[in-house]
Amino acid sequence: MNLDCKHVWEHISEYIDKTVHAELRKDIELHLEHCEICSAILDSTRNILILTADDRTFELPVGYSKRLHQRLKDEIEKSKQEPPVGETK
Amino acid sequence: MGTMETNEAGLIARILAGEKELFHELIRPYERMVYLTLFAIVKNETEAEDGAQEAVISAYRHLASFRGDAKFSTWLTTIAINQGRKRLRKAKSAAEESIEEQTDSHEGDFTPAPLTDWREIPLEALERKELREALRAAVAELPDIYRQVFVLRDLEEQNIEETAEALGINPGAVKVRLHRARIMLQKRLVPFLKTTAPARRGFFGRAL
Repeated sequence: MNLDCKHVWEHISEYIDKTVHAELRKDIELHLEHCEICSAILDSTRNILILTADDRTFELPVGYSKRLHQRLKDEIEKSKQEPPVGETK
Repeated sequence: MGTMETNEAGLIARILAGEKELFHELIRPYERMVYLTLFAIVKNETEAEDGAQEAVISAYRHLASFRGDAKFSTWLTTIAINQGRKRLRKAKSAAEESIEEQTDSHEGDFTPAPLTDWREIPLEALERKELREALRAAVAELPDIYRQVFVLRDLEEQNIEETAEALGINPGAVKVRLHRARIMLQKRLVPFLKTTAPARRGFFGRAL
């Protein structure tokens, strides 16, 4: 089946996630072979996802881990005076 | 069951049996995830860090109620989400705003921005600091329900089922929201990619 661009766009997210069924996947791939616009949209969307997953894009505050574990350490110390963990009030 | 889950189950059993310090080890792989989940909801660094600490402490206190029918990461994400929502409600009631949840009925055009020439996105553009900043800003500006799904799926790399379970929505809604979030980001960032693309070499030749 010949897909138009709009149809491809509607499935672009599922295509990236590989959750489109085999037949539609084949049709999308056929379309992508000759459509530069859709190929570019796919590429740019993929690049954005690569950039999103890159740890440098969304950084944690400096010292976050250290402060978290200090807080946890205090809590563990405190809970040692109490009955076993998980005994909710 | 993967080795990670096996190790986790073992760790959890030991913590509950009294080796409480092992909780540091249990939580370490998820520190980043907890923070990002909080940040996706409260959108403020200080609030997100405070919330992340509260969520981790809460997970420690309630560890015995973790039954192992869900993954530990999903259970922890749910705690983080609840913590974030609690903070949001507090902030919103202080501002006397409505706390109505947004729905999927957003009016909007969810078609991507076409590029006339895909070579306009050089791979090195992805290395630029400005692009990272633009992406952070664009994610922050997404409507809440789209941002939360996007962060869990594409930033924390949780799968569709885990994301659905943690947010208390169905997998179909995760897919729809994720699609819209991705398209909105593509649309926002394409003009940016274009303007930061280096000038073509042919230009100089013509200018002479």
